[in-house]
Amino acid sequence: MVSTAVPLSIENIDTDQIIPARFLKATTREGFGENLFRDWRFDEQGAPKKDFVLNNPVYKGRILVAGKNFGCGSSREHAAWALGDYGFKAVVSSFFADIFKNNALNNFILPIQVSDEFLQQIFSAIEKDPAAALEVNLEEQYIRIVPTGEQQQFDINPYKKTCLLNGYDDIDYLLSLREQIGTYEASRPFNF
Amino acid sequence: MGKTLFDKIWDSHIVASKPGFPDAVYINTHFIHEVTSPQAFDGLRKRGIPVFRPGKTRATADHNVPTVDQHLPIKEALSRKQVEMLTTNTAEFGVELYGLGHRYQGIVHVIGPELGITLPGMTIVCGDSHTSTHGAFGAVAFGIGTSEVEQVLATQCILQYKPKRMKIEVNGQLKKGVVSKDIILYIISKISASGATGYFVEYAGEAIRGLSMEARMTICNMSIEMGARGGLIAPDSTTFDYIKGREFAPKGEDWNKALACWQTLHTDEDAVFDKVLSFDAADIEPQITYGTNPGMGMGVTQHIPSLGDIEDKEKPSFSKSLQYMDLAPGSRLLGKKVDYVFIGSCTNSRIEDLRMVAGFVKGKKKADDVTVWIVPGSKQVEAQAIEEGIDKIFEAAGFQLRQPGCSACLGMNEDKIPAGKYCIATSNRNFEGRQGPNARTFLASPLTAAAAAITGRVTDVRELI
Ligand code: SF4
Repeated sequence: MVSTAVPLSIENIDTDQIIPARFLKATTREGFGENLFRDWRFDEQGAPKKDFVLNNPVYKGRILVAGKNFGCGSSREHAAWALGDYGFKAVVSSFFADIFKNNALNNFILPIQVSDEFLQQIFSAIEKDPAAALEVNLEEQYIRIVPTGEQQQFDINPYKKTCLLNGYDDIDYLLSLREQIGTYEASRPFNF
Repeated sequence: MGKTLFDKIWDSHIVASKPGFPDAVYINTHFIHEVTSPQAFDGLRKRGIPVFRPGKTRATADHNVPTVDQHLPIKEALSRKQVEMLTTNTAEFGVELYGLGHRYQGIVHVIGPELGITLPGMTIVCGDSHTSTHGAFGAVAFGIGTSEVEQVLATQCILQYKPKRMKIEVNGQLKKGVVSKDIILYIISKISASGATGYFVEYAGEAIRGLSMEARMTICNMSIEMGARGGLIAPDSTTFDYIKGREFAPKGEDWNKALACWQTLHTDEDAVFDKVLSFDAADIEPQITYGTNPGMGMGVTQHIPSLGDIEDKEKPSFSKSLQYMDLAPGSRLLGKKVDYVFIGSCTNSRIEDLRMVAGFVKGKKKADDVTVWIVPGSKQVEAQAIEEGIDKIFEAAGFQLRQPGCSACLGMNEDKIPAGKYCIATSNRNFEGRQGPNARTFLASPLTAAAAAITGRVTDVRELI
């Protein structure tokens, strides 16, 4: 995937900012993109806040680049749904909260963890030229800043990589284990 | 080599483990609530499969529910719809529901323990990050996302990678006016909101051993606030005494067998942790947070850091946070006026918390311009409080005892703190907008919150006891 990116250089972005709790009332997975970063994006009257990056037409793309410790706080998967529904396919940061990382992967959004230095390089490349694209190669596990050619490898678990590449999910795998699950249950004297 | 308690429980729950694949971990107890379950049930319907072990999932309505007039229909349409959806989903799939009006209803992490559903040695999950609360019983308990809720409903298993192990020891004894909430806020302020990411924590040491079950739950509850996957405490006689006789706890011969098994649940002497941290209980004073993540905390008499104390790359986040809170770097919180006091949430809404507050405020009156909400964690806590006359003490002090639910912890119901107002809260998160758009939160213990209710200001409770 090659795409321009949206820079959000704030650390510790928690899932309450990504999707505030008052928007968790839906009962389907669709439509959360509208309220992504709601309180940073819109004022109380619902008017877009000019200074927020998602409202700046200069920045667009399917990759979000964010400060360290992205996705901390509540376990709400709605954060991943909101990012996905808005159109993001990948999030780049120098650190991700655990549950968020899982939720993102389960929803086919790739969390790409890079070093602090590389993150800064991305931010400065975009600052210099908002049209600077990033290339993400999942197969080979690298991310490249297209105009500068700087690149870094990233880690992804081999199982998740297979799932992402094949559109195969965790439940498909677990359902295939049902027999083993039954055997396990029979081997336990108590429910603990 | 010996094993840690966490390893013992984890390893004994692995159903399948393949190189390169996550472990398939068996789940003994699964809790669900109205917010993170509808999409999971929907997923089952789309796949055309039933709930695999309906008896191992329990449901309650807590996040959205009003905390007054619970007998009336929920006013807010979307909240009502989520709660109704939980009722229809649990009925359709055969899952037990403690819904609004049921005598067991309450915050999911309060009712599991009080009903004796939460037991040592279990694996417990819920689509809610504070599932770590149940770790206080020596269980491996952690929060999951909705896709994982669907996994558990479909197969009673979840795919997980094993986290690393961390031990946090708190040695020595607590000083007067310092309670378990202060311990955990102190630890988080020392190691930051991401200091335990990737780890499962075992809490140990004299100060932890000396805590009651409910106080231990407060500690484990906030493990997630330092990034940990979960936190647990080895079970001991305090644990067993608490469980014995509870509604769903093992009885008779089963109790004896279970007890024998639980007594083996501890970390072996020669087990190795990936990281060990030690703190001294005597260093801890009543804590309060000043910023917008739980790591931004300090002793109640201390000064907020000055800009000079903050590392360059953290300055923008720090300044943004203090701007949101409208607080000056380097200033003190002591004496700062508060508008609301919220005593509740799965961190501090149990009967001991209410007793602690009642013991302190008995014969005192709240400050005139403060609104005080006390929200019990469950119907059972509420009933117990009334039976003990605690409601009368609150009434006399000018406090409002509301009905059970998550309430102003996350403001999904009507209990929101108005924009710009300061709330001292016993909950677990001080994020921007957590208690309502532009609300400002100070996290503290029930005692420190109660002291603020009486004086109307951030107060060092030690001066009043
Ligand atoms: S009380 Fe707060 S933290 Fe606890 S389950 Fe409810 S919303 Fe989550």
